[in-house]
Amino acid sequence: MLWISRLLLALLALFGAAGGACADEVKVAVAANFAEPAQQIAQRFAARTGHRATLSFGSSGQFVVQIANGAPFGVFLSADRARPEALEGAGLAVAGSRFTYATGRLVLFSRTPRLVDSRGLVLARGGFQKLAIADPETAPYGAAAIETLRRLGLLDALQPKIVKGASITQAFQFVDTGAAEVGFVARSQVIARPGGSRWLVPATLHAPIEQQAILLQAGAGEPAARAFMAFLKGSEARGVIRRYGYEVR
Amino acid sequence: MAEAIWLTLKLAMVTTLALLILATPLAWWLARSRSAWSEVVAAVVTLPIVLPPTVLGFYLLIALGPQSPLMAPLRPLGVRTLAFTFEGLVIGSIIYSLPFAVQPIRNAFRGVGERPLEAAATLGAKPLDVFWSVAMPLARPGFILAAVLVFAHTIGEFGVVLMIGGGIPGETQVLSVEIYRAVESLDWPQAHLLAGGMLAFAFTVVLSLLLLDRRAVRRSQ
Repeated sequence: MLWISRLLLALLALFGAAGGACADEVKVAVAANFAEPAQQIAQRFAARTGHRATLSFGSSGQFVVQIANGAPFGVFLSADRARPEALEGAGLAVAGSRFTYATGRLVLFSRTPRLVDSRGLVLARGGFQKLAIADPETAPYGAAAIETLRRLGLLDALQPKIVKGASITQAFQFVDTGAAEVGFVARSQVIARPGGSRWLVPATLHAPIEQQAILLQAGAGEPAARAFMAFLKGSEARGVIRRYGYEVR
Repeated sequence: MAEAIWLTLKLAMVTTLALLILATPLAWWLARSRSAWSEVVAAVVTLPIVLPPTVLGFYLLIALGPQSPLMAPLRPLGVRTLAFTFEGLVIGSIIYSLPFAVQPIRNAFRGVGERPLEAAATLGAKPLDVFWSVAMPLARPGFILAAVLVFAHTIGEFGVVLMIGGGIPGETQVLSVEIYRAVESLDWPQAHLLAGGMLAFAFTVVLSLLLLDRRAVRRSQ
């Protein structure tokens, strides 16, 4: 169903553009794992301000490459902190505009009921062949999963069982299809999903999974881009973000 | 990196070998059958060209997974899923490249025509002998084309591996996935190096393909 709503949104954007852009528009590059809350926020943003936010979804790394090569995005909602920092350092974004819009929480999830207990002891006990994580080199959730395992003293023992998804979305797919019995996924992916078994990994076991937003050079002079950044910091957007399972400071 | 290159070459070689063996009888039947069903089968064989690789990969992930009835015969052997294994990648690559093997071989068998086969049969050759001593040598350019295409196609394979690989070094972490990781982690020098190497490789393959083709044409003239 998700693709239908995305298609509708894309068509709406297309017709809107054909009808002449009267109100201001901002193009927002959104990390794919934040697609659903971003759509909600964009709708509310349009209703409150009259500006329109056109969302593009993709991987954060690809967006950095595109932005460095002249992509017309005004705002970038990254899935991590390192990439907005890199853009700021390279002078491709407005210095000082960077802030954390959401902090992710890690969940050990299985579609099998009772396999994962409420304290995560299954990791030490075993009883599974594959443990899915996101690639720790490219995805913050993957890095947090490795850090958690190391903190628990289980990294060496579990290394042979680890399979890596290219993104947190793919790590979730591995668990959701049952290809891996357990996996570290994002709370936002399983918050609306009943069943299975899960352990909310204590935030003390890994560095915070900060998702940062930054105003890009292409958006520096656009009122709509600045308005979107302000709206993202406001209580309405924060409420949406919290409902999707993220923490907001 | 050397590990990824070797793994990629190994995957391409195993896939090419397996596909030549599997595609030959299929292509033979498709080339000679007069049944309308053969076109239905030919269409099914062509589907992997149309399907986006990640879609193909996603369904392979399910088909090779623990809930799949296809995996039932392997369960007594202690195999829960073929995803995240080299064997799984080989199966994925075979399906992904099947049309690139079947089409050239089928066309080559068609090109041979009936007459040489009938002539051999008239001279007393048994059907299997006709196939090995007449049809196969005459269809050789088709086999070379199929092998080169499948090999190159497997080297460049990305979507399927990404979906069913699980990024295990030495087992499923192939070159194209390494390039993706390098770009994702902003390691552009590494990405340029790997992509440049692949480009040079692809150029070499296509060039040798064209040269082979030219030689074959000259010989037939």
